Amino acid sequence: MKYIKKFNNPEQVKKLLTGINSLSLGKVNLMEVCGTHTVAMFRHGIRGMLPDNINILSGPGCPVCVTSQKDIDKIISLTGKKDIIIATFGDMIKVPGTISSLGEEKAKGADIRVVYSPNESLCIARNNPGKKVVFMAIGFETTSPLIALCVQDAGREGLKNYFVLCSHKLVVPAMSALLETKDVHIDGFICPGHVSITVGADAYNIIAEKYGVPCVIAGFEASDILQSIYMLLKQIKERSNIVEVQYSRVVSCRGNRTSQQLLSAVFTVADAQWRGLGTIPCSGLKLRKEYSPFDADENFDFTNIKSRENPACSCGAVLRGVKKPPECKMFGKACTPENPYGPCMVSTEGACSAYYKYSR
Amino acid sequence: MKNKKIITLAHGSGGKLSSALIKGILKSFRSPILKKLDDSAVLEGIPSCGKGRLAFTTDSYVINPIFFPGGDIGKLAVCGTINDLSMVGAIPMYLSVSAIIEEGFSMNDLNKIIISMALTAKKAGVEIVTGDTKVVGRGNADKLFINTSGIGIIGESVRISSSNAKPGDMIILSGAIADHGMAVISSRKEFGFKTTIKSDCAPLNKLVMAMLKTSRNIHVMRDPTRGGLASALNEIAENSKVGIEINEKDIPVNKQARGLCEMLGFDPLYVANEGKLIAVAPRKDSLRILAAMKKVSEGKNAVVIGEVVSSHQKKVLLNTVIGGKRIVDMLSGEQLPRIC
Repeated sequence: MKYIKKFNNPEQVKKLLTGINSLSLGKVNLMEVCGTHTVAMFRHGIRGMLPDNINILSGPGCPVCVTSQKDIDKIISLTGKKDIIIATFGDMIKVPGTISSLGEEKAKGADIRVVYSPNESLCIARNNPGKKVVFMAIGFETTSPLIALCVQDAGREGLKNYFVLCSHKLVVPAMSALLETKDVHIDGFICPGHVSITVGADAYNIIAEKYGVPCVIAGFEASDILQSIYMLLKQIKERSNIVEVQYSRVVSCRGNRTSQQLLSAVFTVADAQWRGLGTIPCSGLKLRKEYSPFDADENFDFTNIKSRENPACSCGAVLRGVKKPPECKMFGKACTPENPYGPCMVSTEGACSAYYKYSR
Repeated sequence: MKNKKIITLAHGSGGKLSSALIKGILKSFRSPILKKLDDSAVLEGIPSCGKGRLAFTTDSYVINPIFFPGGDIGKLAVCGTINDLSMVGAIPMYLSVSAIIEEGFSMNDLNKIIISMALTAKKAGVEIVTGDTKVVGRGNADKLFINTSGIGIIGESVRISSSNAKPGDMIILSGAIADHGMAVISSRKEFGFKTTIKSDCAPLNKLVMAMLKTSRNIHVMRDPTRGGLASALNEIAENSKVGIEINEKDIPVNKQARGLCEMLGFDPLYVANEGKLIAVAPRKDSLRILAAMKKVSEGKNAVVIGEVVSSHQKKVLLNTVIGGKRIVDMLSGEQLPRIC
C-alpha cells in the first residue's frame, strides 16, 4: 500500500514531467507492450500530461486481444458437447468468434464457468469426474507458470478429465516480430512489469542489442511510468540502447528461476498464431509430450474449424501500433464494449476498450 | 453473428447493458413516472392523499454468497428498498418481502436471514407488512432470491430527482466507497482471501432525514449500488444533461478495500456500495448539509468530491491524484480480476 501513495505523489510527478520536458527531442514513438500499462496510463491521465512530441503506442500485450480467432473458435466448438465443461477467465466470455462467443453459448445453456484462477479449473475437474473440463489457457509468462502447476497436479492425481487448450504467448518474440515488420518506427519500449518478474531483464537484451532499441522495464504507478519514459528519452538522446530496470523493487536481471524451471518442465516453446501479427516462430507454449493427455489439441478434433476475422475490425493494426483505436472506422460506433467486434474492445486491458472508456 | 435476442449476465451488472435493458422495458410500460428512472416512483395526485405524494419502489436481490462480512441477503434487501425510497426524499413507511427459496435450502439459514431483516427494519423504523414465499425445485434458483417493495411519504417542499442537478451544485459523498463489493468478493471461496473488509450495508433514511431538516434545496440524491459511484454520477449527468467534475484525491477509499482493488485490478469507482449516498445541492447549502451529515453515524465521513458544471455535458471528468484528467465512463459489463 505504501507504494501506491509514494509512487503517485503529485510533487514527484511534477519533477519527472519537468525532467521529461527538459530532454528536448523531436517526435519519438514509445511503445508500451503491456495491457496493464495501457490502462494505468489512462487511469492516471498520463497521456494528456506528456509533451506533444511523445507518441505513446500500445503494443500486443493484452493476452485476450492477441488470442487468435482460431483458438477462440476452437474453444467455442467444444461448447456444443454435453459432456464438456469449459473453464475460462471472464474476459474471454465476450470475445466474438467467427460465428458465436462463449457468452452467447453460455446464455443458450452451455456449461461455461468463469474462473478467477487456473486452479479453480482443476477443482471443477475433480468435482465433476463424469465430465471433461477444458480450460482456455491464455496469458503471458506471468500466468503460464500457474497453468504448469495445474497440469503437474493433474498428472500427479491421475486425472483423466482435465484438459488445457494452450494459447500461451511469449512477449519478447512478439517484440522482435514487431521490429522485423517495420510497420511502425519504435524508438523505445516500455516493457511489461509482471512478465519481467518471471523472465528477467536479460530476456530483453536481444531487443536492445540486435535491433538497437532501448528498453525500460516499468512498474505500474504514475511515477514508475513517468520515470521509465524519462529513462527511455535519456537513452534516445544519448543514443544508447540498453535494457534498464525501473521496476527494480521486484524485477531482477535473471528473473524468477523457479517459474522458469516450471515452464521448461511442462511446456516446450512452439510457433504460435497471434491476432494481428500472424504466426511468430517460437513465440508460444505447447505442453510437452509427457503431458499430452492434458493437451486439448491432442485430444479433441479441431480440423474442421474454419476461422475468419471480421475484415472491418482493426484489432490487428491496433496491436501492432499501426493504428490507434479512434482511427478504426467502427470504434465507438458499431464497435463498443456492449457490442464488441474484436477482442481489443472486450478485454479490460485492450487498447480499444481503454480508449473508449477513458478518452472519448 | 451478433445475437441480440438473449439476456446475458452482463445485462444484470448495473452498467450500460442493464440500463439499455431497462429502457427497452420502459417503452412497453409507457409510464411518464417510470420514464424518470429515479430510485423510486413518485406518485402525485392520489385521491384521498391531498397534496401528499407517495414514493413506491421495488428491487430484487440475488447475491452470492448470501452471507458476507457485514451482512446478508436479507439485510441487503431491507436496506436497499429503504434507501431507494430515501433517495427521492421519502420517509420509508412499509415494506413487502417476497422470497423464492430453492429446495434444500437450510431452514436455519432462512431463519437467520428473516431475523436479520426484522432487526434491520426495526432499527430503521420501517414495518414489513406483507409478503410471500415460493419454493422451487433444486437447481431452479440459486439458494434464495428476495424481492422487496416499499412505500414512503414525501414532504411537500421536497423535490429530488436525478434530473435536477444544476451547474454550480456541489457533489457530496457520504463516506468511503468500495467496501460492500470488495467484502463480497473477499468472501468468495475461490479467491481464498483473508481480509477484515465489511460491507457498508446500512439504512440511510435517518441520514437523509437529518439532511432534509437542514435544507430543502437538495437537488439529487442517489445511492451508488451496482455499477458504483461512477455509474451513479453518469446517470445524474445524463438525466440532468450536465457535466460533472470530481477530484480523485477527495474520494475516500478504505485501505483494505483499496489494496484488494489494486491486487485484482478493480477500479473502486465501479465497485458496489450499499450504505452510501451521493447528494447534489447548491453551493450555498452544501456546507450546512455536510455538517448535518457528519452528526449521523452513516454520514460521519461525508466529504465534497466535486461539482456540477455546464461543460462536457453528460460526461463525468476526474481530476487524478497526480494532476491529470480522464473521463469516468459508466460501467460496461462487470469488472473482472486481472489475468496477468
